[in-house]
Amino acid sequence: MRKVQVKVNGRDFEHEVEPRTLLVHYLRETLNLTGTMVGCNTSNCGACTVLMDGESVKSCTMFAVQADGREITTVQGLAENGNWHPMQTAFHEQHGLQCGYCTPGMIIASISLLQENPDPSEEEIREGLEGNYCRCTGYENIIKAVQQAAGQTS
Amino acid sequence: MTEAPERYVGGGVPRKEDPALVTGRANWTDNIKLPGMLHMAVLRSPFAHAKITNLDVSAALEQPGVAAAFTAEDLADDWAGPMPCAWPVTEDIRMPDHWPLAKDEVNFMGDAVAVVIADDRYTAQDALEFIEVDYEPLGVVVDMEEALKEGSPLVHEDLESNESFVWPLEVGDVEGAFDQADVVVKERYIQQRLIPNAIEPRAVVAQPEPTNDGITLYTATQVPHIVRLMLSAGTGIPDQRVRVVAPDVGGGFGSKLNFYAEEILATNIARRLSVPIKWVEDRSENYMATIHGRDQIQDIELAATSEGRILGVRANIMADMGAYMQLVTPGIPILGAFMYCGVYQFGAYSFTCTGVFTNKTPTDAYRGAGRPEAAYAIERIVNSLARELNMDPAEVRRKNFYEPFDEPTTTPAGIQYDSLNLPIVLDRVLEMADYEGLREEQRRRREEGDPVQLGIGFSTYTEICGLAPSQVLASLRYGAPGWESATVRMFGSGKVEVVTGTSPHGQGHVTSWSQITADALGVTPDDVEVIHGDTATSPHGLDTYGSRSLPVGGVAVHLAANKVADKAKKIAAHMLEASEDDLEFEGGRFSVAGSPDQNVTIKDVASTAFWGTNVPEGMEPGLTADTFYDPPNFVFPFGAHICVVEVDTETGKTRVRDYFGVDDCGPVINPIIVDGQVHGGIAQGIAQALYEEAIYDEDGMLVTGSMVDYMIPGAPELPNYTLDRTVTPSPTNPMGVKGIGEAGTIGSPPAVINAVIDALEPFGVTHIDMPASPMRVWETIQAAKNGGDA
Repeated sequence: MRKVQVKVNGRDFEHEVEPRTLLVHYLRETLNLTGTMVGCNTSNCGACTVLMDGESVKSCTMFAVQADGREITTVQGLAENGNWHPMQTAFHEQHGLQCGYCTPGMIIASISLLQENPDPSEEEIREGLEGNYCRCTGYENIIKAVQQAAGQTS
Repeated sequence: MTEAPERYVGGGVPRKEDPALVTGRANWTDNIKLPGMLHMAVLRSPFAHAKITNLDVSAALEQPGVAAAFTAEDLADDWAGPMPCAWPVTEDIRMPDHWPLAKDEVNFMGDAVAVVIADDRYTAQDALEFIEVDYEPLGVVVDMEEALKEGSPLVHEDLESNESFVWPLEVGDVEGAFDQADVVVKERYIQQRLIPNAIEPRAVVAQPEPTNDGITLYTATQVPHIVRLMLSAGTGIPDQRVRVVAPDVGGGFGSKLNFYAEEILATNIARRLSVPIKWVEDRSENYMATIHGRDQIQDIELAATSEGRILGVRANIMADMGAYMQLVTPGIPILGAFMYCGVYQFGAYSFTCTGVFTNKTPTDAYRGAGRPEAAYAIERIVNSLARELNMDPAEVRRKNFYEPFDEPTTTPAGIQYDSLNLPIVLDRVLEMADYEGLREEQRRRREEGDPVQLGIGFSTYTEICGLAPSQVLASLRYGAPGWESATVRMFGSGKVEVVTGTSPHGQGHVTSWSQITADALGVTPDDVEVIHGDTATSPHGLDTYGSRSLPVGGVAVHLAANKVADKAKKIAAHMLEASEDDLEFEGGRFSVAGSPDQNVTIKDVASTAFWGTNVPEGMEPGLTADTFYDPPNFVFPFGAHICVVEVDTETGKTRVRDYFGVDDCGPVINPIIVDGQVHGGIAQGIAQALYEEAIYDEDGMLVTGSMVDYMIPGAPELPNYTLDRTVTPSPTNPMGVKGIGEAGTIGSPPAVINAVIDALEPFGVTHIDMPASPMRVWETIQAAKNGGDA
C-alpha cells in the first residue's frame, strides 16, 4: 500500500491505497465522488476527465499515487455556494447534453480549453475537445456551450 | 400556483434532467454501493469457436478476497431455460440454445465461460487469471456467404446449418415489372458491422430481497419492464417479486434494449450467496459482449421506365445474426422489410431476408434497427437510377414521390404510411442548401481540376416507428405487446405526479412529459414530477426503443392527463353549481362561460378532491387516472437531407462541409430536444458512412477491440447541422406526433455516401461502400483511374 495525500474539490484527503489503484477509482470508490465516470479504459472517451493542478487529465489512465501532493477538481467541485460554473450553465442552456454520461468530463475539458485559449475559434474548440466523445449530441450544441461560456454568444 | 401560459407544448422548455447531470450528481448504476456487496468478473473466451475440454475454477477460489466462482455446470439448476429470443421471425427458425455461461462450447470471442465473485473489482478481475480452461479450437466462420456454403464450419453443429431463417415478402407482379422495365439497376451494398458505443458501459447490481425471496435488479437498461419479464422467465422467480430499476442510464442506442447474461448471472449468484452482486462492464467487454449493429449484405434491383418512373424493387438481403440470438436479433432486418420502397409509389415489391449464423458477437438493435439499412439501399439505388438516366437526383425522386396525403395510404410493401408530404421538404432543403449555387460551384471546381472536389448527396426518407400496434407486432411474431401506460395523479396541493412506462436514457422524457401534462392541467412543468424506470413505482410499461416513447408513451400521458382534467371539470361544475357544459378551462382555472367571476382554480378542485368534502354524489375522491394506450398504426416521420462533402482526391479524405436536413415529425413537444435528437441521429449516420466499422479477422478475432481501434468520430470529424421542420400531423394518434429519435440515423448515411460518389463522378466512380474512409476513397479513385472497379 502507498500513501496518497491529495486535495480534491478544496478538501484535503490522505489514504493508503494499492499502488495500482486508478485515480478515477480512488475518486469514485474511496472518496465517493461519483460524478467522474469511466467510459473506455483507454483514455479515448474522456468521460473521466478531471483537473489536476488546473490542467485536464484523464483519471482512468493515471494512478491515484500519481496525484500525490496535487490538487484535483472534479465536476462536483465546480459550483460555488450552489452557483454553477458558467460552463455548467452554458451546457444546460445550449442543450449540450442528452444522456449526460460524458458531460462531467466534457465540462471539465471545456473549462481547461478556455483556460488555455479564452477566445477560441469554432475549429479550435472542436480540436480542443477531440479527446472527449459524446455519442448523443453530435457535438454542435457542445461547441455552442463553449462559445457561450467564452462570452462569444449569449 | 403560478398562472400558466396557454401552452408549454411546442416551447423550448429547458431540460429538467440537466441539473443533476451537469453537477455530477446523477445516479448511474456504477454508483450504487450496498452493504455486503460483492463484485463479479466474467471470464470470456479468447477463441471464436472451441470446445471446452477442461474448466477448473479451484485455483481462483484460493485467491485472497475471492468469495466464489461459478461455471455453467454450477449454475445450470438456476436457469429455467436458455437466454430468451423474443422475436422468432418464422415458424421454422433455427435457434441455438444460448446459456448465460457457455456449457461445452464457445461460439464467439467474448462468450462467457465462468465468473468470479470477490470483495472488489480488482480482485475479481485478477482471479480470472487463475481459472484453468482448455479449449480445443473448432472451425470458424465469420463471413455470411462462406457460412452458407456447403461444407462450411457450422456455428452450431446441432442445427445442421448456418442458415437460421428465410423471411419472404412479395407484393404485386414483380416479375412483370422487371420484364416491362426500360432500365434495371442492380447493386450490392454492404452494411458494415457497427459497435453501438453508449458511453456508459453496461452495469448491473442484483440485490436479494429476503422478505419475499425476490430480487431487485438495478441495471443500465433501456427496457426495465422487458428485463423484468425475461428475468422472471429465466429464473422462475414470479414477476411480482422481481423489481427492475433503470437508474440514470448513459445512452443506449439499442444496445441496452436487451436482456443480457450478466443480468441473470448476477441475480442467480446474489440469491445463492444472499448478498448484493455488482458487475460493471469495461469497454473491451462492451465491444465483445454487448450486441453489435447492422452487418448485412444487400442485393437490390430496381426496375424503371426510361422517364425515370419506378416500376418495381427487389431486395434480397443476408443478415448476420452472430453466434446467438439475443433478445430481438432475427427481427432487426425484418423491421426494414417494409421500408425498401422508401418514399416512392410503385406497384411491385419483393423482399427476402436470410438470417445467417457466424462466429461473431450477436447483432441486435442499433439506432434505426433495420430501417437505416433499408433507407440506405433505396436511396442509393434511386441515385444510381438518376445516373443511369442522366437525370438530376432530386428530379428522379420528385417524379416518384407520393402525392401528399394525410390519411393512411397503402405502400408497395402492403403497410399503411400515415402521412407524407415529400415535395415540401425537398423544396425547402433545396432552397436552404442553395442547390443551384452548389451545382455551379461543383461545375467550376470540376472544370478547374480542383484536387478537392465537391459532392452533393440526397436522401429523401421515411421510416416506420412508434413501435406499437400490439396486434400487428403479434402478427409479426414479435414477443411483446406495443401499448404504453401512464398514470397522472394530482395531489391535494395541486402538484402532479406522472408515472410513465417509457424509460428515458437521454431523450428528455421528464421535461417533455411535464410539458404535455402542464398543458392538460393548467399547471407549470415545475409542478409536475415524472416517475420512470422502476417497476415498483411504474409497474406497467414497455420501455423506450424504436422511437416509440412520444407517439405511444407521450400520448398515453396526454390521455391520462386529460382524464384527470375531465374529472376535475366535473368537480369544478359541482363546486360552482354550474353545468359542466358551461365551464371553460384556461390557465388552470375553470370559469362559467359568460360570468368569469364564477370560477375555481384546478388547485381548488384538487384540494376538494383530496378532502373528498364536495365532490359530486357517487364520485370517488382523488384526482388520478390510468391509461393503457395502444395506437392503431405506426407513425412515419419523413424528411429530405442534403449532405455537402469536400473530398480531397489526393489523400482520399472526406470532410462534411455542410449538412442540411428538413424533417417532419408532426407537432413538436420541445424543439430543443427534437433538434438535439436530429443532431445526434445525423452524427451517428455520418459515423457509419465515413468512420466506423467492427472488423474481425478470419479466425474470428475482433480486431477493433477498443476505442483505440474503432473510429468513433469526435468533434473535429463532424459538421454543424442546418435544420428546419415541416409539420404534418400523424392521423395515428390524437396528438399527431411522430418519433424522432432514429430519423437522423436513417436519413443520413445515404446522403453522405451519395455525396461522396457525386464528388468522385469525374473519375467515373459509381459505387463506394461504407465507411468511406480515406484509404477506401483513395483506392476507389485509383481503381477508377485504372479503368476497373475498386
